[in-house]
Amino acid sequence: MLLEVKGVSRSFGGVAANQNVSLTLKEGEILGLIGPNGAGKSTLFNIIAGAVKPDQGQITFQGKDITGISASDACAVGIARTFQVVKNFDGMTVLENTLVGAFNRTNSTVKARELAFDVLEWVGLGERASTPAISLTPPEKRRLEVARALATQPKLLLLDEVMTGLTPTEAQAGVALIRDIRKRGVTVLMVEHVMEIVMPLVDRCVVLNLGAVLAEGLPADIVRNPNVIGAYLGDRYRADG
Amino acid sequence: MAISSTRIDPAIGVRRQQLWTALGVLALFVALPLGVTNAYFQHVMIVTVLYLALSQSWNILGGYCGQISLGHVLYFGIGAYASTVLNVKYGVAPVFGMFVGAGLSVIAALIVGIPCFRLRGHYFAIATIVIAESALLLFLNWDWVGGALGIYIPFVTDSWMFFQFRITKLPFYYVVLGLAALLWLITFWIEGSKWGFYWRAVKDNADAAEALGVKVYPTKLAAAAISAFFTALGGSFYAQYNSYIDPESVLNFNVSLLMTLPAVLGGIGTLWGPTIGALVLIPVTELTRSYFGGTGRGFDLIIYGGLIMLIATVKPEGLIGYVTEWRERRRTGADAS
Repeated sequence: MLLEVKGVSRSFGGVAANQNVSLTLKEGEILGLIGPNGAGKSTLFNIIAGAVKPDQGQITFQGKDITGISASDACAVGIARTFQVVKNFDGMTVLENTLVGAFNRTNSTVKARELAFDVLEWVGLGERASTPAISLTPPEKRRLEVARALATQPKLLLLDEVMTGLTPTEAQAGVALIRDIRKRGVTVLMVEHVMEIVMPLVDRCVVLNLGAVLAEGLPADIVRNPNVIGAYLGDRYRADG
Repeated sequence: MAISSTRIDPAIGVRRQQLWTALGVLALFVALPLGVTNAYFQHVMIVTVLYLALSQSWNILGGYCGQISLGHVLYFGIGAYASTVLNVKYGVAPVFGMFVGAGLSVIAALIVGIPCFRLRGHYFAIATIVIAESALLLFLNWDWVGGALGIYIPFVTDSWMFFQFRITKLPFYYVVLGLAALLWLITFWIEGSKWGFYWRAVKDNADAAEALGVKVYPTKLAAAAISAFFTALGGSFYAQYNSYIDPESVLNFNVSLLMTLPAVLGGIGTLWGPTIGALVLIPVTELTRSYFGGTGRGFDLIIYGGLIMLIATVKPEGLIGYVTEWRERRRTGADAS
């Protein structure tokens, strides 16, 4: 088991964002984390990434307890993340942005540059290496977020709504990239809103509602689960099932 | 391993060019006293290069790491007082004393940084002003270090160890030029290393940096320590050059401004910004001060204010923006032909 989340709870000023949430993630898997707005997806995501500390519960990664570690330490053990709202380094070029990630595993600028170029070519930003990050198009900016995270050479990649705001064509390219990431041995946990994209892509789904796990299973089962449909998906999906 | 042609990072070529430019500029500065023999103009040169060096070290924390300190005079003052007190009271040569001052400044920077780096943006800048002003009051009332009267450094003999020269100003000029050159080299090295990228990442977006494995808080402390170290060396230099220090001259808020403004005017967080800014700003200050004398007190500050307002409106990235634009035009022009 790559990642185990056991009984995690976290509240903000009396509002319980996560209540006794548990989930597991196998190596090489793509897990979708879905749920309506305010379900606690982002909190759980931030807890795993080390950005938020849980009030209760335990998180183990590769058998090691990593509960409450800092975001930088989470990155060091092999958990990389993207942000829902793109957070690129606007004063730097695409290559320099990626370099910052690449330095996670090396102190050598030469090695980091090679790695950064590798990653940029992989995600399709090779031609844009010397472009200032601020002048990228919105889908390119999202790709750069993913490139930076991949440059840290993670074992687990956390993707926070990377498909939001993309056109169907761009989203298809995104799906292909995520499949490729998995093929290269990186486990993926993705928070996503766009169901048409998540369902065919993920191996398993965890549905959060009101801070707790509502359902867990294969995408095909999830879309038929009456609780899930009631809480979130709506009648449009009932017809598909 | 074969490297495809798309993999050329233009930054590498730029860095090579910058080294050559720096050598050229340094040669020019080294040769300058051959043409300038007037003692007053030599004084202006020394002060200009001193503030160039100070601004370059301010730029390490303020420009690259993005932590705008407006209290850097604290480290300058500690450097000045440490070498002077050790010299006058204990007979320790300033050559050694300045490193004691630099060490004390590093400690001071950590003491300031540990609580203040939890503050963001303007709050950090305000905190640094307040701390430096407190130090000014402390030294004004601290009789052991001369209080408001300050300390004279008595002249003994021309000496490198005690760093004093009766007539010639040239040793001062070349020493401060050496300090400035060293700081340029350090900045150049940092720019191409992991530290430089980490600092710029912290400046641009601390959360994103942390998520990429950057330990933001220690990173800021490291930048502050390096910056304080070299600012203190500048302080010791100033004390020896002036052979007199008092709280109003080495702990005054104006000195903090004079370290900050060249970097802001020239181009904050850039390799050449402090140099360009200091070359424009400091001679203007010195000359207006001498032309207007006592009646023109504060006139130099009006000029700074005007220049900063002008550059903030016309070229927010600093004067360096004109240089990069010119290079860009030349490059694209060459590609087209």
